[in-house]
Amino acid sequence: MPTLSPSAFQARKCERGVGLVDQMQAGDRRALSRLVSIVENGGEDSRRALAKLYQYTGRAQIIGVTGPPGAGKSTLVNELALEFRRRDTTVGILAVDPTSPYSGGAILGDRIRMQPLGHDPSIFVRSMASRGQLGGIARATGDVVKVLDAAGFNKIIVETIGAGQAEVEIAREAHTTVVVEVPGLGDDVQAIKAGILEIADVFVVNKADREDAQKTQRHLQAMMQLGGAPREDWPVPIVMTVATKAQGIEAVVDAIESHLSHLQTTGHFVERERQRVEREFRSILQGLALDLVQERVGPEQRAAVVARIQARQVDPYTAAERMLADALGVAELK
Amino acid sequence: MERKIRVLVAKPGLDGHDRGAKVIARALRDAGMEVVYTGLQQTPQMIVDAALQEDVDVIGLSILSGAHMTLLPKVMQLLNAAGAADVLVVAGGIISDADAEILRREHGIAAVYGPGASTNAIVEFIRANVKPERFSGAEV
Ligand code: B12
Ligand SMILES: Nc1nc2c(ncn2[C@@H]2O[C@H](COP(=O)(O)OP(=O)(O)OP(=O)(O)O)[C@@H](O)[C@H]2O)c(=O)[nH]1
Ligand SMILES: [Mg+2]
Repeated sequence: MPTLSPSAFQARKCERGVGLVDQMQAGDRRALSRLVSIVENGGEDSRRALAKLYQYTGRAQIIGVTGPPGAGKSTLVNELALEFRRRDTTVGILAVDPTSPYSGGAILGDRIRMQPLGHDPSIFVRSMASRGQLGGIARATGDVVKVLDAAGFNKIIVETIGAGQAEVEIAREAHTTVVVEVPGLGDDVQAIKAGILEIADVFVVNKADREDAQKTQRHLQAMMQLGGAPREDWPVPIVMTVATKAQGIEAVVDAIESHLSHLQTTGHFVERERQRVEREFRSILQGLALDLVQERVGPEQRAAVVARIQARQVDPYTAAERMLADALGVAELK
Repeated sequence: MERKIRVLVAKPGLDGHDRGAKVIARALRDAGMEVVYTGLQQTPQMIVDAALQEDVDVIGLSILSGAHMTLLPKVMQLLNAAGAADVLVVAGGIISDADAEILRREHGIAAVYGPGASTNAIVEFIRANVKPERFSGAEV
């Protein structure tokens, strides 16, 4: 990590043209860390940063790790990172924990299990609060992933919050989704949420040192057989691990690498990327349209329209069309 | 949009007393802050590495082992060497008044709290003393 005196840091902030993105590209980890905060906080600065660094993105493999609370996700991510390093691969980690709905604050504890990653400059660990977003990741997680991608990490691992639901959001952001299950969460197939079949590219049965691990594996197998033909022609592997003893880790990393090759050789990689980019572009467009309307139509006027909708004097579809047409300065949308 | 205050709560050294650190972490969360908790047995280097990666505004160090006069100055030294003097550092635990005075005066620890300290006072202190330059925009 390059060291800077406080005054040097301030001075570099002011140098024209040498912004945080340039500093990050030159390997400055503090600039990276600052950029993550800026992007996490959103707004105009975030948009400018993303516009500048987008050209450097698209190179990393994005790996989602999801599963119920306490399944051993952080312990596993720690071991995966160590194994990637043994294979000379650099790793950025983003660990998401829930924001308290009462205070808006959060305790981000995933890092406790990642202490062995230590002082290695080829590993970067960042904790992130979900900030009210449902679905296991924060609204800005995808954008923060871009910052890590631009910084040049080969693999980016995103640990979702342990909600125990099918975390569809992470599967949309990631190339490879690792679903962690543990023995003893209930014996019938129902206990394992059906939705995870649609998102898992690799199943891990962690805590295989516990009783009933084989049973959990058999249930997963049975579920997949019920699920019919494999999605994207990829037979989802099931790997048994004991993360606390670093057992089974190589097999998980092998499975993650095989999945990447599979996506690439079959053309699914390009297709997934296209879908992701399109979805993202659409949501940005929606956001911009909303911003535009809010900018050009005053709050009283908007409130008045809402009141008319509530009074059933106009329907929300027609009202929205009219307001967008007004904001765009056209007589009619269609 | 209101920016969240980010705090790293860490326990330096081989000190197993973690109740205080957890009480503080929860109090700060309940005050709306985002608290990165790294757990026990942190070396000063681990604490500074984590603080830089997490881009925290505040580091809170909890220490009840008696080793504060070696560990806390070391954290400050590494932090300054990394160009992160804009991070507010506060500490708590079993620290004598005389030691607290030296840590504040000579080592730049902003405040030191002992047993029975009010978590409200700690929250207020942090809110009032987070370095404002951390909130001003840098050129991206
Ligand atoms: C409970 C306790 C234990 C428990 C700890 C359980 C746990 N997981 O935390 C157990 C029984 C395990 C234990 C063991 C030992 N203990 Co003990 N323990 C205590 C005791 C009685 C209370 C500590 C406590 O939890 N207080 C409650 C919390 C909430 O208070 P707090 O930590 O002080 O936190 C407050 C403030 O200090 C401040 N604060 C604390 N951290 C931070 C951080 C920040 C950022 C901020 C802003 C504020 C802040 O705010 C908090 C809220 O007010 C104290 C005596 C005492 N009265 O303090 C001795 C004490 C700390 N223990 C002591 C000793 C010696 C030991 C042992 C070495 C005993 C032995 N010989 O085996 C072992 C060492 C264990 C280890 N591995 O480190 C000594 C330390 C002496 C010293 N430093 O000079 C003390 C002071 C007792 C004494 N008078 O001798 N202990
Ligand atoms: N027996 C056993 N315990 C494990 C194993 N892996 C992790 N654990 C323990 O399970 C607990 C939870 O581990 P974490 O890695 O924090 O789990 P997590 O899924 O990240 O938890 P959240 O982020 O809180 O949802 C810890 O006490 C670990 O030591 C394992 O393979 N076997
Ligand atoms: Mg975790």
